Amino acid sequence: MEQTASMSTQIWTTVGIFLTFCLFSFLYKDNPFYKFAEHLVVGVSVGYWAILLYYTNLRQNLLDHLFQPGTWTPKFDELYYIIPALLGIAMWTRFSKKYSWISRYPLALFLGISSGIAIPVTMKNNVLSQLRGTVVGLGFDWSTSGFLGVPQGFWDVVVVVGTISSLIYFFFSKEHKGAWGGAAKLGIYTLMIGFGATFGYTVMARISLLIGRIQAIQDWWKLLG
Amino acid sequence: MKRQIPLVLVFIFGVLLAIQYFIPSEPSQKGYEFVLDWITIIGIFAMVLGIWSQIHVGYYKIRHRAEDWKYSVVTMVSMFGMIFLGLSPFGGLQGTTFRLIYTNIFIPIQATIFALLAFYIASASYRAFRARSAVSTVLLVAALLLMLRVIPMGPLADPINKIGSWMLLVPNLAAKRAILIGVGLGGVATALKIVLGIERSYLGKD
Repeated sequence: MEQTASMSTQIWTTVGIFLTFCLFSFLYKDNPFYKFAEHLVVGVSVGYWAILLYYTNLRQNLLDHLFQPGTWTPKFDELYYIIPALLGIAMWTRFSKKYSWISRYPLALFLGISSGIAIPVTMKNNVLSQLRGTVVGLGFDWSTSGFLGVPQGFWDVVVVVGTISSLIYFFFSKEHKGAWGGAAKLGIYTLMIGFGATFGYTVMARISLLIGRIQAIQDWWKLLG
Repeated sequence: MKRQIPLVLVFIFGVLLAIQYFIPSEPSQKGYEFVLDWITIIGIFAMVLGIWSQIHVGYYKIRHRAEDWKYSVVTMVSMFGMIFLGLSPFGGLQGTTFRLIYTNIFIPIQATIFALLAFYIASASYRAFRARSAVSTVLLVAALLLMLRVIPMGPLADPINKIGSWMLLVPNLAAKRAILIGVGLGGVATALKIVLGIERSYLGKD
């Protein structure tokens, strides 16, 4: 690898490593190198996403309906696609104080359609599927030995109790006192285990990225050597 | 007209799209895909507002020589440079320089920013995990067990793995389900408020 690496590869890899060091310098304190890398990534990511959305969304969803694919020759069989384009352009009236109210029309359409789609889909995916997963097969599997040799059916019951108690913790319309308060307390302990697991995963993911960057520095060193 | 028509539009499209879900026919599916195209197109045009805002802020800082204005030059040059290189005459998304910048600048910087958080998350966990109460102790033990599962622990590996797996499949599952159900109900409630015209903040003032 070291012998075949071209000058171009060496230069580009060095740029990436230089930026890595610029960002790590923030561990000492905020400094011009860090600020440079930070502002560079903002610009590059805005440019990258703009181009990506142009090719993957604007072109496929709009331009290919109004023009022959890959050209600017108009085609007239799907001319009605000009309506969402005009609505999109109407969003730009936000720049004007006088006409900014026009942007409410496309925004209303956007919100109406998104909300209408979200109501049944979210209800199915987030609520009903989760409820179904929690209660279907609840406590039926008493033949399988689970954690601590306890039948799986018991742990299914624990999942249901944990889910309900966690939901009770988030229910603030009734004061958390007495049996209700006890259930809410059980809920917070269940939630803490969930948050702990998420935190553990996050730490591991970050450490893994750090190892990746250190390995990149090592590879760069070998490439130069 | 300025406020009523948007409210009517939200209501009509919201109700129609919610009903459409329960009509399993081809025209219904076609209509769904059609309006999905519409909102994607409107969304892309809305993105221009974000880019314009970025340009506006940068331009203002450069013009008025505000604090750290030189860094705004970096942002503007890199943004326009990336857009310029991504245009078709230069190869578009597969253009050599565009790909090189993506691979050697965009990816390393993003990875490093997240890697940087490893240091801060370590100090944050020290502060958060000090076992000052039973609840924070549970948080600490859960996080530790999960991390210890992936470390070779000799004779302790098997019991730690079993406890960790149980933790993920029982209490963690219950917590995640409760959160998902809560988020789902909240999302549906918000969507309903928008469709019914109770939530109107998107209309702005006047």
